[in-house]
Amino acid sequence: MTIALDAPTRPTTGTRLVDLFEFGLDSPICLTWELTYACNLSCVHCLSSSGRRDPRELTTEECKAVIDELERMQVFYVNIGGGEPTVRPDFWELVEYATSHHVGVKFSTNGVKITPDVAAMLAANDYVDVQISLDGATADVNDAIRGPRSYETAMRAMQNLADAGMKNFKLSVVCTRTNIPQLDEFKAIADRYGAQLRLTRLRPSGRGADVWDELHPTAAQQRELYDWLVANGENVLTGDSFFHLSAYGQALPGLNLCGAGRVVCLIDPVGDVYACPFAIHDEFLAGNIRQPGGFERVWRESELFTRLRQPQSGGACSSCQFFDTCKGGCMAAKFFTGLPLDGPDPECVRGFGEEALAKHKDAGGGIPKPSGDHSHRTSPPRPRSGTGPVRVTIQRRNDLSRPPVSACEENPLAGFVPQQTTGADGRQQEGSRSSHA
Amino acid sequence: MDSKQIVAEPESAAQDVIEVGTLVEEVSIDGMCGVY
Amino acid sequence: MNPDSAWRLHPQVSVRPEPFGALLYHFGTRKLSFLKDRTLLAIVEGLADAPSVRSACEAAGVAPDQQGRYLRALDTLAESHMIQERAAA
Repeated sequence: MTIALDAPTRPTTGTRLVDLFEFGLDSPICLTWELTYACNLSCVHCLSSSGRRDPRELTTEECKAVIDELERMQVFYVNIGGGEPTVRPDFWELVEYATSHHVGVKFSTNGVKITPDVAAMLAANDYVDVQISLDGATADVNDAIRGPRSYETAMRAMQNLADAGMKNFKLSVVCTRTNIPQLDEFKAIADRYGAQLRLTRLRPSGRGADVWDELHPTAAQQRELYDWLVANGENVLTGDSFFHLSAYGQALPGLNLCGAGRVVCLIDPVGDVYACPFAIHDEFLAGNIRQPGGFERVWRESELFTRLRQPQSGGACSSCQFFDTCKGGCMAAKFFTGLPLDGPDPECVRGFGEEALAKHKDAGGGIPKPSGDHSHRTSPPRPRSGTGPVRVTIQRRNDLSRPPVSACEENPLAGFVPQQTTGADGRQQEGSRSSHA
Repeated sequence: MDSKQIVAEPESAAQDVIEVGTLVEEVSIDGMCGVY
Repeated sequence: MNPDSAWRLHPQVSVRPEPFGALLYHFGTRKLSFLKDRTLLAIVEGLADAPSVRSACEAAGVAPDQQGRYLRALDTLAESHMIQERAAA
């Protein structure tokens, strides 16, 4: 459906790049593609609430069709993630397909499948980059967030990549209250394996909302992080996630722009297109690639993206002297803490965010729940202390119309439901098969 | 290659200092927010 | 960069025209360059067929007094390997 909004007139030569991009582009520059919600881990802050595979996942053929579209649109680069993308049986096939169709790939992994053989294959492909996730420079800090033995897994993966001669892969860290004291050690780890360090912002997205209060950096730590980046950050990537810190004085390298719906977006495992991977919520859902017109139509014509490409009102923030680079911070951070989008970021370095949060709380305001939850079902949460028992919730399946058939039942088809579309919660109907292992 | 950063001076945040006549600008492919 | 020698786009560079100019992405270095001017794009696209950088500028309609500006921009592109010298025939 096309909206008859006039495209804003684009300014001419000599303008800031960031101003040109605010109007959006005909194709994204790059985008994040979550291939699966399945994951072998259950990181406490997972932005996509991953764990269990969604049975409506795009098939291999559907994925290749997306890649064909991206090639046509000249999207230069996809950042493939998940969940854990390497648990898809067709993962390596899809990477090969992308890189042989002019779409560069960087994939984000916890390292579980990066064996020496896999590392050798990756090192040989010039168009694949690997990003290993790590959230602590020591096992105790890391595993408290990412789960038992995840530190060990990441280290082993990095050793295998280094041994295979893979140059400059990425070590990506989400900055939290517990790991900001370890920035120097992270740099040392990256250097040890010939990797490039990447520090990114924790957003209250997905399961991140549950741990935001305890894990997001304190004001003092934000300053510490900023100072560290200014002093040491020349070869450190940030995914442009700290433009809200530009109010400390000097903007950090990057576009310093919220790219959501303008230069980047997310394609999720079931083909939903969101403005950004940190905004997986109906509020930021632009469409689905399975609809006629595919991804291209969603990117170019969706109502949401068209709206995001209009000049945004800064609201209360537009009178701030740092608005031009801070831009009111991160849309997702505001949304998932219940703050209005035309107000300060919850972590506004001038303190306006804290003020707004307090007011919001006093007014009895709540926070939006993510639209989907693919988390592993352990209740209560699995203990993080080590190899303790995994507690499982036993429950009756809601999709069966009756309990299992008894020996006296006469109808051999009792309990069988002919294959239908899966229910809203994505559960598998009896009598149908998943298309993947 | 020297990186060209936009410096926001508190008094003149509305007019960032950019090189006059710059026709090319470079950014890291990682320099886009909203990506893993 | 010698403006009287022959140059061309690096073979690993993808050019994407945009209303404001163009995006250049180098698949090898993973660097992204933005051309903020359509004339500069025309020069870059015409390099392979021109005997020299200077003549590519002329072909794109660049007046002599503007050449310096464009040559400086091309220098930046040369430094990041977006364009390269053509091997002598």
